Order: sequence, then structure tokens, then C-alpha cells
Amino acid sequence: MSTTLGNGDDLRALETIRRGLSHSPELRQGLGVTLLLAVIATGGQVVVPIAVQQTLDNGLGGSGDAVDVGFVLRMGLLAGLAIVVTGVASYLMTTRLFRQGERGLATLRIKAFRHVHDLPVLTQNTERRGALVSRVTSDVDQVSQFLVFGGILFIVSIGQVLVATVIMLFYSWQLTLVVWAAFLPLLLSLRYFQRKLSTAYGVVRQQVGVLLSAISEPVVGAEVVRSYGVEARTQQRIDAAVDEYQAASTRAQGFTAFSFSLGGLSGGLANAGVLIIGIWLGFAGDITAGEVLAFAFLVTLFVGPIQMGTQILTDAQSAIAGWRRVIAVLDTPADLTDPGEAGRQLPPGAVSVAFRHVGYAYPGGPPVLRDVDLEIAPGTRVAIVGETGSGKSTFAKLLTRLMDPVEGQVLLDDVDIREISSAALRRSVVLVPQEGFLFDDTLRANVRYGRLDAGDDEIRASAEALGLADWLDGLPAGLDTRVGQRGESLSAGERQLVALLRAHLADPDLLVLDEATSAVDPRLEMRIGRALVRLMAQRTSVTIAHRMSTAENADEVIVVDAGQVVQRGPHADLVAEPGVYAGLHASWVAQQSATMES
Amino acid sequence: MREGFAVLGVAIRREPWVFAISTIGSILFGALTVADAWVLGWSTEHVVIPAFRDGEIGGGLLWAVFALFVGVAILRAVGIVARRLGAGIMQYRMQAHYRRAVTRKYLDLPVAWHQRHPTGELLSNANADVEAAWGPIAPLPMAVGTVAMLVIAIAQMLFTDLVLAAVGLLVFPCVVVANLVFQRLSSPLITRAQQLRAEVSEIAHESFEGALVVKTLGREEQETERFAAKAHELRDLLIRAGRVRAAFDPVLSALPSIGVLAVLDVGVSRVDAGTSSAADVVTIAYLLTVVAFPIRSIGWLLGEFPRSVVGYNRVQAVLETTERTDYGTSALPADAAHGLRLDVDDLAYAYPGGEPVLSEVSFTVAPGASIALVGETASGKSTLTSLVARLVDPDAGTVRADGVDLRDLARGELPQAVALVGQTAFLFDDTVRGNVTLGGDFADDEVWAALRVAQADGFVAALPHGLDTRLGERGASLSGGQRQRLALARALVRRPRLLILDDATSAVDPEVEARILAALRPQEGSRDEGASLLVVAYRKATIALADEVLHLAEGRIAGRGTHAQLLADSADYATLVNAYDHPDQHAAAAQSEAR
Repeated sequence: MSTTLGNGDDLRALETIRRGLSHSPELRQGLGVTLLLAVIATGGQVVVPIAVQQTLDNGLGGSGDAVDVGFVLRMGLLAGLAIVVTGVASYLMTTRLFRQGERGLATLRIKAFRHVHDLPVLTQNTERRGALVSRVTSDVDQVSQFLVFGGILFIVSIGQVLVATVIMLFYSWQLTLVVWAAFLPLLLSLRYFQRKLSTAYGVVRQQVGVLLSAISEPVVGAEVVRSYGVEARTQQRIDAAVDEYQAASTRAQGFTAFSFSLGGLSGGLANAGVLIIGIWLGFAGDITAGEVLAFAFLVTLFVGPIQMGTQILTDAQSAIAGWRRVIAVLDTPADLTDPGEAGRQLPPGAVSVAFRHVGYAYPGGPPVLRDVDLEIAPGTRVAIVGETGSGKSTFAKLLTRLMDPVEGQVLLDDVDIREISSAALRRSVVLVPQEGFLFDDTLRANVRYGRLDAGDDEIRASAEALGLADWLDGLPAGLDTRVGQRGESLSAGERQLVALLRAHLADPDLLVLDEATSAVDPRLEMRIGRALVRLMAQRTSVTIAHRMSTAENADEVIVVDAGQVVQRGPHADLVAEPGVYAGLHASWVAQQSATMES
Repeated sequence: MREGFAVLGVAIRREPWVFAISTIGSILFGALTVADAWVLGWSTEHVVIPAFRDGEIGGGLLWAVFALFVGVAILRAVGIVARRLGAGIMQYRMQAHYRRAVTRKYLDLPVAWHQRHPTGELLSNANADVEAAWGPIAPLPMAVGTVAMLVIAIAQMLFTDLVLAAVGLLVFPCVVVANLVFQRLSSPLITRAQQLRAEVSEIAHESFEGALVVKTLGREEQETERFAAKAHELRDLLIRAGRVRAAFDPVLSALPSIGVLAVLDVGVSRVDAGTSSAADVVTIAYLLTVVAFPIRSIGWLLGEFPRSVVGYNRVQAVLETTERTDYGTSALPADAAHGLRLDVDDLAYAYPGGEPVLSEVSFTVAPGASIALVGETASGKSTLTSLVARLVDPDAGTVRADGVDLRDLARGELPQAVALVGQTAFLFDDTVRGNVTLGGDFADDEVWAALRVAQADGFVAALPHGLDTRLGERGASLSGGQRQRLALARALVRRPRLLILDDATSAVDPEVEARILAALRPQEGSRDEGASLLVVAYRKATIALADEVLHLAEGRIAGRGTHAQLLADSADYATLVNAYDHPDQHAAAAQSEAR
């Protein structure tokens, strides 16, 4: 299993585009028509140069003597019509690009979001959360921006250069060569500038990350900064990040400005060349004055695309990089494959649990669990105890299939947990983790997360069953209480109460509590514990406990030490025999009665 | 629009020189763009047409054409660089000024203010809002240059041929009007899209943060639906914005083309009548083509205004907040014992708009003494610790350290003496060493000693770079218990005179906690004087450490004394702390409750 999230660095540009298109089929739909419309739309750009040439040569008598007013009027009407037609084509092209582009990217965004929830818990950990969010937001936005802005520009630019070249060739192949020769050095160096630019913008992006992180410190860590009086140091770190970001941005802007200015320079060179060589060609009778001037107009069609060229290439590159990163999310294997419809169901009622030679090691780490072999009968209450780092939380994660074992099998009701359909598994097995995460919504919405169709009376009944009715009544807004971001308007203990209510409402057949009441006061914890005893009578429960009181009340205690089950049995038996458990328990008792000695 | 200009005015006053340089660059660019048309017209008149007519031309004239075109192009390139680089420098400088100012304000504002404002909002004030506020700076010089260019172009057109100019000039108002209509239609869409992007990001952030809950309850589909609904809203909006743009792009590029055609038609008649020259027609036609595009930059400028004004106002709202923590000038008495004396007198506190959290709380911590705060979940213990560490100020009553009211202490005095370790550990995006020392001058020995007491030396030693291992977003990830132990070491290394632990060891095993607490006690035979200790606790071992226990119930002190006294006096206290003791009795109670 992988805990890392690829950047897709090994994915090449063309491959990225191919894969990207297959993930967003909308992008390809009707692309042919859109490109055809683009060609027609680009034609609008050459109407004016041609009109100028025709007017000069045929209307103003550049080649003949008479001024032909009627001809120019007819031509003007024709050109006007051409402008309207190409304008309509441009409208249709742009709307189609926007529509298909945004549709395709919304699909990609949602797919990637869905996939993130299928990623291993280790990949989803705190430190990578920011990166995961940016994959479904800014990375997709980057692709979107390019497709609809850069993409249009890209198509139009290439079209412009091509159409202009074709028309130039029609007028004079010699002058076309002159124009191309003037722009060639720049065209050839585009790649160089683009590489410079993308390095410069790479540094900018990196500095943005540093900046965001520095700015978050006085906000997220406000209390620590204040209580340790480290305002000056925090400010220094922010100032440094601000300065570095500013320097990096300015540098990148410098490159952009410089490379942008070169387009106009080439344009000037091209115009001078066209006029001088055009006149010279004119002496030989190869070209008319109107045609020479038409070139001057056609050259402007070159300047724009070349000026934007480095920008477009840079945007294209960062868009492809963004696309690559989103695809990398989809490529990160979901370690827990859901057998889906084909999967086995769990019969209702208490679940039996069996571990068969289960071994687990975090990627690149030493084994955390080794050869764990045990059975838990349906309807029993089991407590797992052990020191920090003994592997007891890993046990809970394997039991609820947040991870799959590296070796051996976990069986629920004698079915390998990997063969049970995900929906069925989540219906019957619920884990209450230590940090009960709450969504920024009302208390009601958060509790109903356990069962979406639960009514207020059912929530109320759950609260009463758990002995939490008093607490609920004590809240001024009751179920309408807003819990704030991450539930931070509530205390740590209260957040755990919400998580318990939520689990109770979900009504599982196997309940796994991973230090779920660690922040609750002892009296309330014991009250909840007793309530759970009643409630779990017909079900199986596994509690990861750091308080021995939980172990004392369990039907059976499983003692984990250094990744292995070293003892198991009822509290009364274990406490009597020499071993790890007796030691843990003695230390707990010593703490509990410490007052009496002192 | 006036507000938009006002925001720009702030930037111009702040960075007048950079603005001047970029504007001059832009005007240079504008003037030379017009000059380009003039050069073309001049060349047509004096070189091209005579050459084709006469079949010969002087070499000097050809060189003049070359020099004119290339010279204009070079100067124009200089103008572009000055304009773009200047605009960039100005924009980034303004962003930097305001980021520094906003974060300084954050560091200055009271914790109570922070508690009232959502984290996400404050972060976007310092990032997205600052960026939005100075967004119009980028197109500003270009727009100013364009105005200059328009003036020159119009003057030149009028000078060249009055009638043809009048025909051509009809294009400009049309372009301006079309632009304004476009901005009017599209800027609300763009503003809304910005907002939707933020909302999409919020949902993703929250959903990934709660990934464990989503996974364990099998709510992936509901979460995806929630996300998809917003993503689709954004998609539909962007498609609408795209349609507006699709309609205006061709209109904006067709207007000058139509203008050129009109100029050609009218021009031909005038040439026919002998009132205009062919060169005039060419010059005006070319001017129309080159000037029409830059006019759009005025539209870009105006288009940025709504976002800019909103961003600027949000940033300004933070900067203008008058709330602050006032510090006095007093120092803590120099001759006091190592342990801090704390007097809490008749304290009351309520969160704004909420019910009282604490009332009539009075107690004293003698130098070197330890006090345990015991109370039910949500009885006001954490609030009390933040009052004592002066994270918030009380509504009534006083907290005094060594006899000095905390509000009279000079800035920095209290953190020298008091260290608070909270329920959740906050780690900086820094190394382990940086997280422990927070920039303080501590030798590695001292850091390791503090880590040892906090029982964190083991896992820190196992980290790839030891003390130099980077933590946080781009660093190693630690478990909750490990983070808490680092936070403890951070407090311990400073040898505080008062240590406040707010349930700071809840994520640590009892045994580890016992070792930490034992290490906190003054060692026998050591000359170290003990620090004063205020500790929020449930575990009896922790409570046992205390000289006095304060039993807090519903924000009031319900009882005080030694643990034994309280056990004897208060049934409420006894059931609270003895909850783990008598499982049999509780089982019986549970059965009677069930009946």
C-alpha cells in the first residue's frame, strides 16, 4: 500500500492529455465542429488586410488609373458579411469550448474528490490534506483557465499565424519568407524563454506555499503565539516569507515583460523588411503596392500570437502539470477495493470477529502487529489494552477495514472482510475515533450523519439512552446549536459526545470505540460506559481503552504488547496472573489511589 | 467605480515612483504604437507609392524606412518592459505592505477577537482579499497609457483628415460602450464564481479533514453529492460567464474592422473627389486596428474594480479594528520566589452574547504550590486557564501575578513567567528544535532535557534528522500524543514560574503521564525551587499532585480543599473523581437507572 500521493512526474505531456481526455469525455465531444468553427472565426482576422489590399490596388488605382468607388462599396459589403459570419462562428466556438471544457472539468473534479475518499487513511493524513484539497480545486482551476482562456488563445493564435501565412504566400512567397525570417529567431527562442518562465513561476508557486503556511501561524496558533509571547519571531518569519514571495514574483514578472516585448521588436523588423524588399520586388513587377501594404497589416497578426506565445506555453505547461496532479490522484490506488454489489452481505445481529495470523506494518516501517490470531464471539464486550505504540489502534483500524492487513485475514461472521461490500460493512460496523470530527453545521446535522433519515425524536431517544439528555437540554439552542468549524465551538469532551450520539444513531452490529471518551469527565464517561453496556447487549463491541476501568467492565480483555497478543481473558483472571496486564493495572490503581498515599 | 479609483489612489500615493515609471513606460508604448501607424502612412506616401509609380527609389529613403520601423519597435519594447515590470513591482509591493500590516494586526488583536472570527475568514483576509484589492494595479498603467494613446491617436487622425477621422472615431464610443456593457454583465458573474470557488474549496477541505468519519460511516456518496452540487453550480456559472464573453469577443473585434471598412469606403470617394490622399486612408485605417485592442484594457481595469473594492474593504475592516490588548508598564517584582504567586479575585467571564461561563471565582496559588482544577465537561475549566494566562481579560474581577494585576504588566512580562499547555497542541511549520525553543536561546542540552521530562526524547531521537526534523504541512507527521509531548517540552524548556496544564496529557497513556508528572515535582536534594502549577485534571494521579483542589461546577467554585477533604465533604465531587473506582456499585446503579 502506498501512503504517498504521486505528482505524476513520470507522465509525459501527450500521455497526460490523452489520459485527461479519457477521464473527461465531454472535452472530446464535438471537438471537430469546434475546431472547424475556430478556423472560420480566425478567417475574420484577415478580412481587413485583404480589404485594404483590394482597395488600394483596385479601388484607389494603385495599379490602374481610375478610382472605382462601386467596387470598393461592393467589396465593403462582402467584407462586412464576412465579419458577421466569422463573428457568429467565433461566438459558437467560444460557447462550445466553455461548455464542454467546464463540463469535462467538473466531471474530473468530482471524480477526483470521490477518489480521495477511497484513498488509504494514511494518505489522507493531516499533513497531506492541503495538497489533496488543491488537487480538486486550484489544480483543476488551472486546467480550466487554460482550456477556456489559453485554449481559445492557443487555437486562435495558431490559426492566425497559419491563415496569415497562407494569404501572404498567395500574395508573395518572397515577402512571406522575409516575415518568417524576422520572427524565426523569436520562435526558436520561445522554448528557452518558456523554460526560464516556468522555472521562475515554479519558484513563485513554492513561495506561495511557504507564505500561506507562515500567514496561518498567527491565526491558527493565536493562543500559543500569545501565551509564549513570540509575536516578534512569528512576524519575522512572516516578513521573510512575504519578502521572498515578492522577490520571486517580481523576477518572474521581469521575464514575462522581457519576453513579451520581443514580439513587437520582431514586428518592427518584419515591417521594415517587407517595405524595403517589397519595393525592390515591385521594381521587378512581382508585387503591387497594395500587396506590400497588406503585408504590414498581416504582420500585426503575427505579433499578437508571438507576444502571447511564451505566456501561452507557460500556462499550457502549468495546466498540464495541474492536470497531471489530478490524474495522479485518480492513479493512486484505492487500497481497499470494494467488491460492491458482488460483495457479501453481513446478516443482521451481533457480529463475530476473527483474526487469522494477521500481520501489519506501515509502509517502510517495522511490523506493528505480528501473527495476531484471535476470535471474538458475537455479543461480547472486549477491551483492548496495551501501552502507547503497542499496536492497539492499528488493531481497531484493521477491524473496521480502514486498512487491510499485510498478512493474514480479518473475518467478520466468518467472511473475509475484503469480500464484504463496503456499504454492508459500514452499515454494521462503526468506529468512534478519539477525535470526533464535526462538520461546520448544526448539532442536528452532525448527529444525523450517523443515520440520514433520523428525526428529532430519534435523536432525543438516543441522547436519553446514552444519558446525554441533560447535556443536550443544557445547550441554549439545543439541536440547532452551530458547532463551528471542526466543531470548535464545543469543548473537546462535547465533540466526543456528538460522535457517540452519531454512532448510536447509526445502530451498528459491531461498535469499535478508539479512546472515544478520553476528553470526557470520569463521571460522564462511566455513565456513557454503563449506557453502552445496556445498548450493546445484543451486539459486539471492541473498546480501545487507556483507562483500566473499561477493561474491568469488559467481558474479555485482550492485552497487546509489542504488536502481539500476549494475554487474554476476563479481568479477574488476568489481574491475578503475572504479566503485562497485572503491571498495567497496578500502575493504574497506583494512580487512582495516589492521593491516599500523599 | 469611485470607490475603485479611491483604492487605486491609495496604491499610487504609497508607490508614486513605481507608478510613475510604469505609466511613463505605458505612455511611451502608446505613443509609439501611434507612431507606428504614422511611420506606415509616411512610408506609403513618401516611399511605397512613389517607388511603385516611378519605378525607382533613393537608398537613403530605404534606410530611413528601416531606421524608423526598427527604432520605433525598440523604443516600444522598452516601454513594454517598463510598463509590465513597473505594474508588477507596484502590485507585489502593495500586496507585501498589506500582508505585513494584516499579520501584524493579527498578532496584536486580542485572543477573544480571534475566537470570534473563523480561521478561514482570517486566512482569506490576508491572502485572497489582499490579492483582490491590488488586482487592478496590473492593468492600471496599460489603461493610463491607452488613454494617452487614444488622445494622440485621435489628434493624429483629426490632423490627418477631418472627415475620415470623424468616420473612424465613431468606432471608439462604440468600443467603450460595448466594453462597459460587457463589464456590467460579466463582473457579477466573475465575483460570484470567485465566491463559489472558495465554497468548493471549503467543502473539499472540510470533507477531507473529516475523512475518517466519512469513511467509517460510509458517507462517501453523500459527501460526493454535496461536493458535486457546488461543483456543478460553479460549472454552470462559468459556462454562463463564458457565453457572455463569447458574445462580446467577436463584437469587440468586429467594431474596428467595420470602422476600417467604413473608412475605406468613404476614403475611396474622397480620394476620387481629390479631397483625401491614399496615404491618409491607410494611416487612419491602421490606427483604428492598432488602437482598438488596447482600449479593452480600460475595460479590464474597470472589471477588476468590484473585486478590488470588496477585498480592500475586508482587509481594511481588519486593519481598522480598534480592539486590542492593552499592556501596562509594570514588571514582575524581581525579588520574588521562583514559584509565581497567583491571586484570582472574584472573576467573571461570559463569551459575547452567551451565558456566563465563570462567576465569582476566587483562589490563590502560593509560590511553588500546585492547584488542580476539577470539574465536569464544559464547566469552565479551560476558560479559567485562558484568563490566568491572560489570553482573554475578565468581565469582572482581577487576576494578579506576584501582586500585580495582569493588565498592568508590560508586554512580554507574563510569557516570561507563565507557560500554558492547551488541550490540542499547535505545532509551527518549523523544526523540532524551533518548535520547542520558539526562537529562544536554549542549548541543545536544555532542549533534550525538556524533551526527556516530557517523555518525547525517544521518538524525537528516532526522527530522521532528530531535532532538525521539519514538522508541519511539509514535514513529518506525529500522533496526537507525540504532538502534546512536544508542546509540553516547549513549556518546560523555559522553566516557567507558573505552569498551566489544561488537560494537556489527555492524549498520553496514564503511565507516560505518571512519568511526566513525577518529573515535574521538585527533585529531592535538588536546589531547584519548584514552580507553581495549575492543572486541569480528571486522573487522580494528577489530582494527587496538587496541594489544593478546586472543584468547579457550572462556572463557580463548588468546593475547595485537599482531595481527601473534598471527597469527604462533597458527594458530587466524589462521584465525579471516583467514577472509576467502584464498578460493582455503578453496575447496580445502572440497573436501577434502567428500571
